[in-house]
Amino acid sequence: MLLSQLGFYSLILGLLLSFILLIFSYKNLFTKDINLKKNIYYISFLQFFLVIQSFFCLIYSFIVSDFSNETVYNNSHTTKPFFYKISGTWGNHEGSLLLWLLVLTLFIFLFLIFSKEQPKKYRLLTLLFQQIIIIGFFLFVLFASNPFNYLFPIPKEGLGLNPILQDPALAIHPPILYLGYVGSSIIFSSSLSALICKNVNSNWARHIKLWIFLSWTFLTLGIMIGSIWAYYELGWGGFWFWDPVENISLMPWLCLTALLHTIVVLEKRQVLKLWTLILSIATFTFSMTGTFLVRSGILNSVHTFANDPTRGLFILIFLFVLILLSLLILFLYQPKTSNLQKKFFFLSKETSILVNNWFMIYFLSVIFIGTTYPIFLEVLTNAKISVGPPFYQKLLLPFLIFFLIFMSFGPNLKWIKSSFKKIKFKQIFPFIISIIISYLIIIKTNSEHLFSTILFVSAFYLFFTASRDLIKKENHLSQKISHFGFSLLVLAILLNSVFADEFSANMKIGEEIKFKNSFIKFKKIETYEEKNYKSIVADFEIEDKKKIINLKPEIRIYNQPNILTSEADIKVSFFSDKFLVMNLLKDDDFFNVRYQIKPFMLWIWISGLLLAIGGFLGLIRKFK
Amino acid sequence: MYGKKVKLRAIFLLFSIVIVILAVFLVLKTLEEDVVYFISPTEIKNLPEINTKKIRIGGMVKKDSIKTTSDQINFIITDFKSEINVSFSGSVPNLFAEEKGVVAEGFLKDRNYFDATKILAKHDENYMPPEVKESLQAK
Repeated sequence: MLLSQLGFYSLILGLLLSFILLIFSYKNLFTKDINLKKNIYYISFLQFFLVIQSFFCLIYSFIVSDFSNETVYNNSHTTKPFFYKISGTWGNHEGSLLLWLLVLTLFIFLFLIFSKEQPKKYRLLTLLFQQIIIIGFFLFVLFASNPFNYLFPIPKEGLGLNPILQDPALAIHPPILYLGYVGSSIIFSSSLSALICKNVNSNWARHIKLWIFLSWTFLTLGIMIGSIWAYYELGWGGFWFWDPVENISLMPWLCLTALLHTIVVLEKRQVLKLWTLILSIATFTFSMTGTFLVRSGILNSVHTFANDPTRGLFILIFLFVLILLSLLILFLYQPKTSNLQKKFFFLSKETSILVNNWFMIYFLSVIFIGTTYPIFLEVLTNAKISVGPPFYQKLLLPFLIFFLIFMSFGPNLKWIKSSFKKIKFKQIFPFIISIIISYLIIIKTNSEHLFSTILFVSAFYLFFTASRDLIKKENHLSQKISHFGFSLLVLAILLNSVFADEFSANMKIGEEIKFKNSFIKFKKIETYEEKNYKSIVADFEIEDKKKIINLKPEIRIYNQPNILTSEADIKVSFFSDKFLVMNLLKDDDFFNVRYQIKPFMLWIWISGLLLAIGGFLGLIRKFK
Repeated sequence: MYGKKVKLRAIFLLFSIVIVILAVFLVLKTLEEDVVYFISPTEIKNLPEINTKKIRIGGMVKKDSIKTTSDQINFIITDFKSEINVSFSGSVPNLFAEEKGVVAEGFLKDRNYFDATKILAKHDENYMPPEVKESLQAK
């Protein structure tokens, strides 16, 4: 109760500090000092401190189950395990926005510390833009989604957190994803400010690259963790569903990936200035759009639990203001590139990066259209539609082939001008191997499609060239690891999709069913009482070529809220996952059972991790 | 005559426009083919003709309608105005139960029978897809 008050007033004070910072930094713009006034650092830190204080107040309210707080009442319960009481803080709308705000204030403070070698005007303007975003979020948190609303009479018990969110992966998924999203806000503010200062040059590129690496690494990790969670918790046994909410995290990722490559061109060659700025603005816009679409309830998916149209409207207006502001600045302060620098030779690293960007933008547009088209159509014609995986596969896969081939030689081109070399045996060899392997795979899976053969050849070829580059002793380790990770990811996904096998049936206890070469035996069930749920654990035996594995899928019946969840049992191995999930069917003897063989799942996660490791190495290299 | 540079730029521009138009065409064409429409049981009754496209049906699972055999689940989706029989073999989501909201994806056999290929998951007992809510309110 008292802490809720403290949390609320901290936020109001934090908002006031934003205005003070605006005034201070504006005044500071016209002084002749080279450095920022010390008090700007102090106020910025104080603001961060106030938000973190408010955040801890909320965490504490969750821990002690203070149901006089509406957010706690809606999302917590006394019997919830301690760990999920804490993670429940950001498992809901109000708390997660407070987390956004927390990261926003943290990042601007860090920005001020780590930008000391940059010109004063540029730093102050970045602070100004960032404070505008922060004010927007303060207002949003305080007036449209206050986490400290008071409830009276005080309820005895809370409504509880949706059990599918009570999961370790989902405890860390939002914070990590937000680090990525919010990192892009710094890129946004900084690029606008660099634009005004006419500061869009190699020096700026080198400096902002740090934030791009930071956002990219966290965004990659965040998406991957969400995907792992969906794999084992949602019970479908897939890792990507082309669900609108997943797509929405992929859009800023693609944009940021394009930016990650372009910024290098800007750093080395001083070209593509305008394009870099557009990407910076777009990345943050997509992050905000994501928040808007998810939080407004326009998209229905796993993440929309309860929603409120006013929230959507607020973010929408805020988003428009930001886009207008950035377009205006972009228009007024257009960067000029001298003609001398403009020349692009068609066979050079910068051209190849530009082509990479075209691909990224194409992928992005397809996903954008697929995600937003249903919304527009519903508004216009009232027809309700959904766009499924076939749409994305048809449009993305053909271009992926070109992208993969392109990616296998692009990174080895030189800056400014590269020349054709004689094709050596060394290059032709991996190509031949790729063809042979792909041919064997296609024969084995009986899918006689020319298309998938070509796709496999290009994926293998990229894999081999990326591995070869990885072994070469040169610098750019971060790039090579990420590229290798990406090639492995594509390969793992392809292999996973062609070799996957599944079977589902309704089974009674004691029954045995034959599936291809294996026998699936439903041996028994046992029930247990846990603290906040009842658990039914089944025992399945799968006999596969004289190898027996036991899988124990579980059904949990939570008491508060009263929800059923299935916990899949997964036997993870190096080459193949065995995935078994079951479900209750009415009250009769049948259990709905789904058994899946998922090859190379582990490799998908490993390659995602490699991508992130590459980003992380790029980040720490900047600090050396 | 125009300089070489202007020519080059014009060609580039033309090239880009053609590519963009092609891309837009491709996307729209694919959208047309792969979009899945959402229809309520009542709307099915009023359909002028049954086509073979994949659709989604939403509503409530009728009370006492779930019948299970070893390889199939049969149930009735209702919007309290019209009903449709659904047969499905595969795995169902957690919250599949009688008198709960459901969305089934598949193909219509006729006005009364629906062959579902997928039953969609929902993750919150209070949560109902807006489509279902609407088709229930329309009654």
